[in-house]
Amino acid sequence: MVSMRVNDEMTEVAVDADTPLLWVLRDLLGMTGTKFGCGIAQCGACTVHLDGVAVRSCRLPVGEVGDRAVRTIEGVGSTPVGARVQQAWLDLDVIQCGYCQSGQIMAAAALLAANPEPDDADIDAAMAGNICRCGTYVRIRDGIKRAAQHG
Amino acid sequence: MADAVLSRRQILRTGALGGAALFLGVNLRSADVALAAPGDNATFKPDAFIRIASDGRATLIMPQTEMGQGIYTGLAMLIAEELDLPLDGVVLEAAPASDKLYGNPIFKVQATGGSTSMMGYWMPMRKVGASARAMLVAAAARRWRVDPQSCRTEAGAVLHDPSGRSLTYGALAGAAMRETPPTEPVLKDPSKFRLIGHSHRRLDTPEKTNGRARYGIDAMPAGVRFATLASPPVYGGKVLAIDDSQAKSLPGVRQIIVLDDLVAVVGDTSWAAMRGLAAIDIRWDDGAFANVSTETLYNDLEQAGRSEGAIVVDTGARDSLIGDGVISARYELPLLAHAPMEPMNCTVHITPGHCEVWVGTQVMTMTQRAAAEEAGLTPEQVTVHNHLIGGGFGRRLEVDGIRKAVRIARLVDGPVKVVWTREEDIGKAPYRSVYGAWMKAKLENGKPVAWSHKAVGPTVVGRWLPPAFNGKIDNDAVDGAAETPYDFPSSFVTWVRHEPRGVQTAFWRGVGPNLNIFATESFVDRVAHEAKQDPLAFRRVLIGKHPRARAVLDIATEKAGWGGALPPRSGRGISLQFAFGTYLCTVAEVIVADDGAVSVTRMTTAVDCGTPVNPDGIISQIQGGLVFGLSAALHGRITLVAGRVQQSNFHDYRVMRMDEMPRIEVHVVRNAEAPGGIGEPGTVSVQGAVCNAIYAATGVQLMRMPIDQALIAKDLQA
Repeated sequence: MVSMRVNDEMTEVAVDADTPLLWVLRDLLGMTGTKFGCGIAQCGACTVHLDGVAVRSCRLPVGEVGDRAVRTIEGVGSTPVGARVQQAWLDLDVIQCGYCQSGQIMAAAALLAANPEPDDADIDAAMAGNICRCGTYVRIRDGIKRAAQHG
Repeated sequence: MADAVLSRRQILRTGALGGAALFLGVNLRSADVALAAPGDNATFKPDAFIRIASDGRATLIMPQTEMGQGIYTGLAMLIAEELDLPLDGVVLEAAPASDKLYGNPIFKVQATGGSTSMMGYWMPMRKVGASARAMLVAAAARRWRVDPQSCRTEAGAVLHDPSGRSLTYGALAGAAMRETPPTEPVLKDPSKFRLIGHSHRRLDTPEKTNGRARYGIDAMPAGVRFATLASPPVYGGKVLAIDDSQAKSLPGVRQIIVLDDLVAVVGDTSWAAMRGLAAIDIRWDDGAFANVSTETLYNDLEQAGRSEGAIVVDTGARDSLIGDGVISARYELPLLAHAPMEPMNCTVHITPGHCEVWVGTQVMTMTQRAAAEEAGLTPEQVTVHNHLIGGGFGRRLEVDGIRKAVRIARLVDGPVKVVWTREEDIGKAPYRSVYGAWMKAKLENGKPVAWSHKAVGPTVVGRWLPPAFNGKIDNDAVDGAAETPYDFPSSFVTWVRHEPRGVQTAFWRGVGPNLNIFATESFVDRVAHEAKQDPLAFRRVLIGKHPRARAVLDIATEKAGWGGALPPRSGRGISLQFAFGTYLCTVAEVIVADDGAVSVTRMTTAVDCGTPVNPDGIISQIQGGLVFGLSAALHGRITLVAGRVQQSNFHDYRVMRMDEMPRIEVHVVRNAEAPGGIGEPGTVSVQGAVCNAIYAATGVQLMRMPIDQALIAKDLQA
């Protein structure tokens, strides 16, 4: 049995502690907003926050979460930065297929929480780990800047 | 003029895809109509695409799959424009499987691909909206006992201005069902468009920002178990034997399934299944293709290129292309994976006499038929729930994953979700084929007087939609070669069908034009170079009958600052095209380092796709299409050794990332022509533009994709 705090609520799951957080969220808790993309922390589709820091949930054994607060795309809108990023994504119509965008939004929100005014190099560094095959990078960059301005 | 151009294009496509008329008659009476009961809870269902409930809630049924291209928004705009329906609050629903009701007007089957949606549905969807509007107006006029001509519609209501009366569409739902749809619905004058031509926010975005959007991989039918699979490492291989002694004892592993050509593990979580599968030692019989390598494929291609091929265009160039002064070149494309962000997956529940499938697919009815075949049922016994697609790019035009999932599900008690690992997705997939183009031209007085283009590659259409292939010429395979924006005094265009060994080939975003535009535009620059002319000036002279091509060429080059000073070892390159019914020109700017490393710094595109239905959506598709093309040009390469694909995940099958992004500018031409396609044209333009920019920067012309840094470095030193 593993217990952890997800989006401000305590939850308990009967699962092998080796199981990556991604699959606990998706398959056992039914929180499918966090996506599987590569399984080796190369694409960022599975990005969630652990105490506000962006992590790849596909490589994080659920047993290692411990006391740290998990936040997912389903709950990021309740943080001021997360809500601003979501709004910027809507304002600029960033999204195409959308499959990677949970991860993009989580990575962008973590970036802005740590660095409220990122420049292009900061954005490159923080976002290069998140692949978008639809190629929405132009608008992701603009969306981050817009969310920063509205902060 | 341009209408004529588009119709010619449509005739080409129609010819390619079965020879029937371009537009299907829109089915304005779905089977459900008779069941609609008038009264307070009536629903207005004038056709297979629109439902308006008595509370005014409107649902639009989407025959085309939303995979990021924005077609849900585009098609909804067409209906809503003619129906005067507010788009806010409209519910969009994926159509069920039915070629009869929801067949793509161009393909005749329920398929989303080939950049055809807006071309195919431009008139039919507007007619659907206009017919429904006419029925609602007739119902209101009958109730008010006034002339329908004295009524108008606005924002979901019928208004009678002389008496100041109005009724919402919801209030008219029951009565409108009793009206007869007009045989020739009157369409709006384009000058009255409120939606078409004005950027509208995508309707599918809100759920994609908060995790609520459901893709196929998110299907969670009650009691679902999770599976993953291993297919043979060599195409056509079989399972010889397995040792599952370790896997069986791992926690969460429920079932191990061995079929003749795959092994699957079912678990309590996808992770348990993946860990279980990794613990199984599988011995494979590699079959016939264990000695195929990338070199084999290119050697075979070269051999195939020696054939004459089928003649596509012959305006007398052959005799001029012999002897001295003939310039020739060969351009080649590698195998590519699609690698959509949503890994392949399919959820299936088989019960006696029924098969239920949850998946995101570009081909609803093909999916239904494939599932029926594998389940031993009739198509009517298969229910397919289509979903949003996390990237298609042609991969989800294939039903291989559906077949495998159903075969697995036959052996599982209860619903099972089969999710491929990324390694399976990249290493065991249908691929974009290798292709080659053999080009020749003859210059006289600085002008090309003869031009030939031989395209060599497989026919994907021939396998995927056999009635659309006449057995001689695959029109997709010669798209971008058979017709160019240029007026060559004489041309000779041929096609050699060549099916590569040891791989399953598939459509890939940009399809035939990816080869033909790359080859044409690279070779135009090469010939311009031989003629000692500027690539822009050279093209301008060659464009005769295609003023829309000239316009996008002029806009893109002007906005890109063509001719302006650049830092050392930098260059600009043009790629101009007419494909998918759309004119497009991209100018790439690159800088090449001493070690041959290429940085693409800027991409400027001008596009004329006719009436821009949702201009910002068009810009989005071009931005994304360029990035997709950049991934291919800079990194895209699937290689084979001993029949095995050498790439497995995003570390060795690289794609574009944020830190490699150039500046991108897109300029959309506005006109009133019928819409062309927009999903693929951007991608198609990249290879030619970037390679021509490298050519300008270094004098090195690349003949094979992807860009080979070592080759550029070697040539720079030489």
